Amino acid sequence: MASDRIEAGTTTVTSRKGDEIEAYHARPIETTGYGSVVVIHHMPGYDSSTKEIARRLASHGYGAVVPNLFHRYAPGASAGDGAAAARAAGGVPDAQCLDDVAGAMAFLKDQAAANGKVGVIGYCSGGRQSYLSACNLDLDAAVVCYGGGVVASPEQLTPGRPVAVIDMTKDLRCPMLGLFGSEDANPSPEHVARMEAELTTHAKTFEFHSYEGAGHAFFWVERPSYNAEASRDGWVQIWNFYDKYLAG
Amino acid sequence: MCTYLTSTEKVVGTGLGAHGWFAIQEAVVYFDHPQEALVEHALCLDFRAGGPADPSQRVAVELDAHSARRLAESILATLAHDEVKALGVD
Repeated sequence: MASDRIEAGTTTVTSRKGDEIEAYHARPIETTGYGSVVVIHHMPGYDSSTKEIARRLASHGYGAVVPNLFHRYAPGASAGDGAAAARAAGGVPDAQCLDDVAGAMAFLKDQAAANGKVGVIGYCSGGRQSYLSACNLDLDAAVVCYGGGVVASPEQLTPGRPVAVIDMTKDLRCPMLGLFGSEDANPSPEHVARMEAELTTHAKTFEFHSYEGAGHAFFWVERPSYNAEASRDGWVQIWNFYDKYLAG
Repeated sequence: MCTYLTSTEKVVGTGLGAHGWFAIQEAVVYFDHPQEALVEHALCLDFRAGGPADPSQRVAVELDAHSARRLAESILATLAHDEVKALGVD
């Protein structure tokens, strides 16, 4: 029987620009040749729910690291204080996010027991950042969980988020799995349809699932938005997708 | 949905945090996923010391939309009261 032992805890990841940020690393032990995943946290921050996702990935045989994208705004702070500080500062610029995800990718590739394949998964605002990363970094697989703001109007663009992520679709570098709720307002079913159309136009490899009756953040346990049916099937889709593109 | 709507106001006041009173320099208002409240979205208020201060120096409030609207109306009604107007401070 394969080992299910894992190790998890806080570490440091060096961003592509060279500065160090806090991160949470979970990985299988007594296993080699595993694929890895960068987990991008949601707007409420680098929290226990996101760390739990990293441990779940490790339990399933993947290395996972969660870079704290809010670290610079509040080093060492609680998830809530970090999220508040980042929001007060105007949010994480896309360029900085890409530097941190690139650093997290390098960290995972450096693990001796890893197979060198790295995917990404992000939730909520992290879903948008997952899409962003997949269009700008050499990832092997990207999972976008209800990424709001991928489709953005010109007035929604900011100096830190200067380009609508949907307009980067032509540069997508890896297969994408999208998981959405039909009751979500951002991304709405119309937004999801826009993404599908754009991905199809550019002949990208992708697979989208939209769950009837599910709203935003249906994976988030312990919250009113949690939807057991969508979450259960969503995890099945995630394992199938990563097992296809990252394993071995 | 996740919103990116955030409004930050420079304010003058004091807040009572975990370690006593501190000066508040900014109030951040947003409507998004709360940290704690068991609603999908909340009107969130962060009264912060701002600047280089310890990021835990904040008073955080998460209100459902109806409560937030009533609170805002209550604040405006209080400030509009004759007794407050007579003070000539607003």
